[in-house]
Amino acid sequence: MKKTLAVAALMSVAFVGAAQARDQIRIVGSSTVFPFATAVAEEFGKTSSFKTPVIESTGSGGGLKLFCAGVGEEHPDITNASRRIKKSEIETCGKNGISEITEVKIGFDGIVLSNSKDAGQLDLTKEQIFLALAKTVPSKDGKSLIDNPYSTWNEIDSSLPTVKIEVLGPPPTSGTRDAFTELVLEEACEEFPVIAELEKADKKKFKAVCAGVREDGAYIEAGENDNLIVQKLEANKDAFGIFGFSFLDQNGDKLQGSKIEGIEPTFEAISAGDYPVSRSLYFYVKNAHVGTIPGIKEYVSEFTSDKAWGEEGYLADRGLIPMDAAERKAVHDAAMNLAPLSM
Amino acid sequence: MTDMASLMEDRAAAKVISGNLRKPVDWDSPKISRQIKKRYAAERRFKMYGLSAIAIALLALAVLTYSIGSKGYTAFFQTYVQVEVFFDPAQIDPDGTGDPAVIGKANFDGLIKESLRKRFPEVTDRRSKRDMYDIISGGASYDLRERVMENPSLIGQTRKVWMISGDDFDMLNKGYISADVDEGDRRLNDEEISWYHALQADGAVEKQFHTRFFTNGDSREPELAGIWGAAVGSLYTLAVTLALSFPIGVLAAVYLEEFAPRNRFTTIVEVNINNLAAVPSIVFGLLGLEVYLNVMHLPRSAPVVGGLTLALMTLPTIIIAARAAIKAVPPSIRQAALGLGASPVQTVTHHVLPLAMPGILTGTIIGMAQALGETAPLLMIGMVAFIVDIPGSALDPATVLPVQIYLWADSPERAFVEKTSAAIMVLLGFLVLMNGFAVYLRKKFERKW
Repeated sequence: MKKTLAVAALMSVAFVGAAQARDQIRIVGSSTVFPFATAVAEEFGKTSSFKTPVIESTGSGGGLKLFCAGVGEEHPDITNASRRIKKSEIETCGKNGISEITEVKIGFDGIVLSNSKDAGQLDLTKEQIFLALAKTVPSKDGKSLIDNPYSTWNEIDSSLPTVKIEVLGPPPTSGTRDAFTELVLEEACEEFPVIAELEKADKKKFKAVCAGVREDGAYIEAGENDNLIVQKLEANKDAFGIFGFSFLDQNGDKLQGSKIEGIEPTFEAISAGDYPVSRSLYFYVKNAHVGTIPGIKEYVSEFTSDKAWGEEGYLADRGLIPMDAAERKAVHDAAMNLAPLSM
Repeated sequence: MTDMASLMEDRAAAKVISGNLRKPVDWDSPKISRQIKKRYAAERRFKMYGLSAIAIALLALAVLTYSIGSKGYTAFFQTYVQVEVFFDPAQIDPDGTGDPAVIGKANFDGLIKESLRKRFPEVTDRRSKRDMYDIISGGASYDLRERVMENPSLIGQTRKVWMISGDDFDMLNKGYISADVDEGDRRLNDEEISWYHALQADGAVEKQFHTRFFTNGDSREPELAGIWGAAVGSLYTLAVTLALSFPIGVLAAVYLEEFAPRNRFTTIVEVNINNLAAVPSIVFGLLGLEVYLNVMHLPRSAPVVGGLTLALMTLPTIIIAARAAIKAVPPSIRQAALGLGASPVQTVTHHVLPLAMPGILTGTIIGMAQALGETAPLLMIGMVAFIVDIPGSALDPATVLPVQIYLWADSPERAFVEKTSAAIMVLLGFLVLMNGFAVYLRKKFERKW
């Protein structure tokens, strides 16, 4: 009897709690932006009179889904994304009554292909990476498409070392994988005439060929945990790993990034836009919540301050690659005016 | 005469019998001793298999404990740096009011930076200065403020103060950053390492027990991150889980064992309960998302929702364990109670349940321990989140211990590696405590008949 009462009391408390107004910002979204957003949130909580925002790491797609589910305090106020919002997602948002979204670009993230310092540094082209990782590749004479026959790097190009191809990378659910596919594999595959022809003949197959990663053990899906990849690379000097630049930045004493198209993944090269595999990071604000949930504007202001996202800001210390000063100013001004996104 | 005749008859009978019997076994013959040897060998082998199974399990446990322990024990200690601080009245309390509100707002970060500049006057370059400020953690200013608030007489004095160091400096002191590699490849440059050596030569670097790790909530600064927020979240979550799943589970088990008629319906219920016990936990997370968040509109990330979801997951375990325990109570107890005039309800509440309690409690605690280690269902209801504030009730946003481990394991800063292992040790500690409690309860209530 006592226990039933306790349970009943608990449930009623739960409902009362749900009815209370929320005084804390709720953020969802990308696991790539997560380390930056949490740093801002913590600083914001410490230096302002507002509560520290709650940030969930749901992935870019999952975050936008939650974000677009509706207006109201049970829905998140901000979502982080390691890619731009898609048109279809804006439509979903619109259907659920979210007409105004503010887009805030926060900087860049490089994706690196790196290996242990104990082995040599590679200088790869995108085509070579495609040949190493794609499921179907053009045959040697370039006339037909075959299953990937390469098992060592030197079979692709004799200048590369005689080492087994073994690449650890993120699974298809990851935003990092999406970006890598888009920036490296899809770009490289158009360079092969036999695949380019396919684009006209059979679009569906063309897409499958360009985004298909081999499944014969040369590419190993290592889960969403980049630290795990780092540890595996330390143990196996022949293996390569694909992950975000901030992990290379933190482990520079053990790992080196391969040059891609002759350019080494350094802070400066990514910032200048020279390093070819880099993407923009964003967060999106639900304008309807500004004013209802306290502190959103102040949080955006903290995120877009030079103290945070500037060249010497605390986000740069964590591996975020800042935009140049002019772009930062433009984004900051647009964000403070809550200029809604139109696509 | 008759005696004689009967004796003869007996003898004849004995002869017939012994003729039918096999020859007595010669236990000393080589064939038999070979057979016996074989049997003994088989027995020894069987024992060896058992022993080696245990040895493998123990070895695995030892490797696990060692790898976690050797990586994680350093997280219980934190590097502190001693710096001379001048509690400048002009900075802290310019008007000499002594008002705590004024002192609380003072720029203690500035005081620390000033002290570092005094310690290394040769550092003038802007970039180098920034590096130098990283020697001491951003959290140190809060400590300093607390110190002054407690003891305002410090204002105007110069004191040597031990302050918590930044994470890179801590890693260097713990030997995780090697000075042998190229300067560009490590987190700390030569200048920063030279400061470390200078401070060390003064005896101004030491490792202290890291109490913050046990009292703080999560943080993006490894040296400030603590396990307490997650531990409290786990506690609330488990409290809700226990409050729901224990009474419901026990009642369901009692009804099914003691009162339910045997028919098709109860069979279906039984099969379903056994099936539910094997359903992957993420499915319960999806159910929790749909029912508690989308339909009932309970707050996201709250331990209440986590507890409700985990209660669903734990219920089958508790029901199965409780039914087994109730079934194990000898029927004679029930018959005696009923025979002496007890009603069926009295029989159950006065006799069967108390006797079955040790088994039920053991099952419950095992179910709870399983719930303590669960992350997948909590992902769906928003408990996999960065939460700095320590939850004050079961309705505040919170995270739990295994989620904290997962989040730290995924953080790029190297100092989180040891934090991850240390958090695993704390979780294992909790599990050992819970299982120990289960053993204690079993021993205490166990009755033999």
